[in-house]
Amino acid sequence: MTTQKKDFLHSLWDFFCSLKLTMFLLISLAIISIIGTVIPQGTPAPEYLAQISTTKLSLYKTLGFFDMYHSWWFILLLYLLTVNLTACSIKRLPHIWKIITCPVTILNDSLERSLTNVVTFKSTDDTTALKERIVAVLGAEFTTPGVIEADGAWHLFAQKTPWCRLSVYAVHLSIIVIFIGTIIGSLFGYKAYVNIMEGDSVSKVVTRSEKEIDLGFSVRCDKFSAAFYDTGAPKEFKSILTVLENGKPVPGFDHKAIIVNDPLTYKGITFYQSSYGDASKFLFTTTDLDGKNAVPLTVMGNGSATLPDGSSMHVLETTPEIGEYSPGLTGPAAHIEIHTPDGNSEKVVVYANHPNLNIEHAKHHGKGPVLHFNGGEKRSYTGLQVAKDPGVWVVWLGCFLMVIGIFAAFFLSHRRIWVRIQGGSVTVGGNASKNPGAFQLTFERLVEQLKADITKEKQP
Amino acid sequence: MTSSLFFNITTFAYLISMLVFFAFLASRSKSVGTAAIAVTYGGLFVQTVAIGLRWKESYDMGVGHAPMSNLYESIVFFSWTIVLIYAILDIKYKYRVIGAFVMPFALLGMAWAQLGMNTGIEPLVPALQSNWLLYHVITCFLGYAAFAVACGISIMYLIKAGSEAVADKPAGNTLLAMFPPTKVLDDLNYRSIMIGFPLLTLGIITGAAWANYAWGTYWSWDPKETWSLIVWFVYAAFLHARITKGWVGKRAAWLSIIGFAATIFCYLGVNLFLSGLHSYGK
Ligand code: HEM
Repeated sequence: MTTQKKDFLHSLWDFFCSLKLTMFLLISLAIISIIGTVIPQGTPAPEYLAQISTTKLSLYKTLGFFDMYHSWWFILLLYLLTVNLTACSIKRLPHIWKIITCPVTILNDSLERSLTNVVTFKSTDDTTALKERIVAVLGAEFTTPGVIEADGAWHLFAQKTPWCRLSVYAVHLSIIVIFIGTIIGSLFGYKAYVNIMEGDSVSKVVTRSEKEIDLGFSVRCDKFSAAFYDTGAPKEFKSILTVLENGKPVPGFDHKAIIVNDPLTYKGITFYQSSYGDASKFLFTTTDLDGKNAVPLTVMGNGSATLPDGSSMHVLETTPEIGEYSPGLTGPAAHIEIHTPDGNSEKVVVYANHPNLNIEHAKHHGKGPVLHFNGGEKRSYTGLQVAKDPGVWVVWLGCFLMVIGIFAAFFLSHRRIWVRIQGGSVTVGGNASKNPGAFQLTFERLVEQLKADITKEKQP
Repeated sequence: MTSSLFFNITTFAYLISMLVFFAFLASRSKSVGTAAIAVTYGGLFVQTVAIGLRWKESYDMGVGHAPMSNLYESIVFFSWTIVLIYAILDIKYKYRVIGAFVMPFALLGMAWAQLGMNTGIEPLVPALQSNWLLYHVITCFLGYAAFAVACGISIMYLIKAGSEAVADKPAGNTLLAMFPPTKVLDDLNYRSIMIGFPLLTLGIITGAAWANYAWGTYWSWDPKETWSLIVWFVYAAFLHARITKGWVGKRAAWLSIIGFAATIFCYLGVNLFLSGLHSYGK
C-alpha cells in the first residue's frame, strides 16, 4: 500500500516535471484561447444572441464561453502551467546551482570524452613554466583561470558568465511574478466608470460589478471639449478636472487637463478620458393656436419629447442669438425636428422672441400645437474610466525580469575552458551552454594563441 | 508626394530581387546571388528613404506622426522589417539563398500596399496620439518580421528534408543543392525565432503598458491581445520543443510555420474577420 502510494506520488511528480506536459499546456492554451476571440466576451449584444440557436446559447452559457478567460477550466490550465513550471524548476535547479557554485575544475577522462572541443599538443618545456605561460594567455584572452595540482598534473579552469544559466529560471519566475501581480490587482483594485456633468463633482464611482466605491475625495469636471479635424475625424477629447478635498481644490490638482492617452492620478486612483455626451437641457412651451393653454416642456440634448398631439420632437441645434443667421430677428432660437404620428417629419426653427412666427408656422401646417423656445443651457458630461491597481507594479517588475531573462537566456552563454598539463602534453577542452558554433571559433583561436605563445617562448 | 514614387521603386526592386534570387537558385552562379542581394539592399535603402520622407511629409501637412498608424503604413513597415531582418541574417551567416524564400513575403506586402490600398496620410485619432505607438509598433513588427524569415527558412527545411527522405541521401542535384544543409536550416530557424521572441515579448509588454497608461487596464482579453498571446504560446512551445526529445526537425519547422500563420492572423485576420463579431461587444 505504502509503496503503491509512493509510486503514485512519484509518477505524479514525474508528470508535473515533464516537458511533454509543457508542450501540451502551451499548445492547448494557444488553441483554446481562440474560442474567446470568436465568441464575444462579457455580456453579448442582443443582435448576437438573436443570431445563434437556443441550444448553442445554453451550451455556451454552461461552458462559460461568454467569459472564458475567467472560467474555471481556463484558470485550471494556468494553474497547471504554474505547477509544471515550478516542479520543473525545483527538479532542475539544484543541478544547475551545482554547475555554477561547484564547477568541475579538473579535466578527467570522462569529462574529456564528453566535450566536443578538445585539443592536445606536446611541449618539452618545464611544466611549471608552461603553466605560468598558459595562465597568462588565458588571463589575457579569456579570463584568469584557477589552478590546481593533482595526480602529478596541473589543472587550469576558467569560466565566463556562469550565472547566465539562471536566466531561464528568471524567465519562469517572472511568469509567476506576473500572475501574483494580477492577483493583487484583482483582490485590492477595481475598475470603475463615472459620468460627470460640467460643473458637477462626484465622490463615488461604480465598478463593473455594480459596486459603489467611495473615493475619499471628490472630482469636479470644470469643462469638457471635443475637437475634430476637417475630415470630421476626432482630434482631441479633453476634460478639465479639479480634485477636491473637503470641498477645496487640492494644490497641483486644480484645473488639470486630461486627454485620451494622458490621464490624471491622485492617491493611487487614475482617471482616464473615456467618453463624453450631451447633457444639455432645453426649455420649450407648447400652446394652442391662439396662444392659450401654455404647457412647459423640457427636452434633453440627447433625448426627445412627446408633444400633446402624440408627435415627438428632438433638438438639432440651438443658438442664443438668431440675428447672426436671420437678420431682423433677435433672441434665442432652436432648430428642431418633429415626427408626427402618421410617419411624417419636418424640421422647423422656433423662436423665443417671436411667438407670432411660431404660431404662423403652426397654422400653416395645420392645427398645432405651437412650440415656443425659452432658451436652455448647453452642457456636456465627460465619461471617465476610473482604475486602481496596486498590483500593476508587480506586473511590470515581472515583465522587466522576463525581458532581461529572455535576453540573457538567448544571448549570453556559460563558457568553460579546462587545461591539463601533464608529462609534456597540454590538453585543452571547452564548452559553452549556448551557441556552440560561435564558441568553437573562440576555442580554436584560443588554442592557436596558446600554441603560438608557447612556441614563441622556445625560439630564443 | 515624393515618398510614393520611392515606395513604387521599392516594390519594383523587391520584385526584381525575388526574380534574381529564383535565377540564382536555378543557375547556382555566385555572381547572380551577388546581384540578387545587391538589388535587395538597394530596395531596402530606397524604402528607408521613403519611410523617412513620408514621416517628414506628414509634418509638412501639419499632422505629423510616425508612418505606422494605419494598415497601409503598417504593411509597408512590415515589409521593411522583413528585409531588414533578412539583411542582418545575411550579414551574419551568409546563406544568401534564403532570400528566395523571404523576399516573396516582402514583395507581397509592398505590392498589396501600393496596388490595393489608400496611400493618403491621415491625421491621428486621439487613441493613437502617444509615443507608445512607436515603441509598440516597432517591437511588434520586428518580431513579426523575424517570424516571417523563420517561416521562409522552415519551408526550405521541409522541402529539403522531404527530398532527402525520398532520395535517401543528401541532395546533390538540382535546386536543392543550393539550400544550406538541414542542420543549418534548423539552426537558422531557431536563431530567427531567438530574435523574434524577445521582440514579440517586448511588443506585448509595450502594448500592455500603453493600454494601462491610456485606459488603466493592461490586459482586457480583446481579440488582438489574445491572438498576440496565442502567437507567443506557439513560439514558447517551439523554444521548449528543442529541449524535448521528439519535437525537433520537422515538427519544429511546422511549429514555426504555424506560428507565422498565427502571427499573420493576429496582424490581419483579427481586423478583417473578427472585428465584425467584436463590434457587437462595443
Ligand atoms: C509549463 C511551463 C514551463 C515549463 C515546465 C518550462 C520548462 C523549461 C525548461 C525545463 C527549460 C530548459 C532549461 C534548461 O535548458 O535547462 C526551459 C527553457 C526556456 N523557457 Fe520554459 N517552461 C515553461 C514555460 C515557459 C514559458 C511560458 C515561457 C515564456 C517566456 C518560457 C520561456 C523559456 C525560455 C525562453 C527558455 C530558454 C529556451 C532556450 O534557451 O532555447 N518557458 N523551460
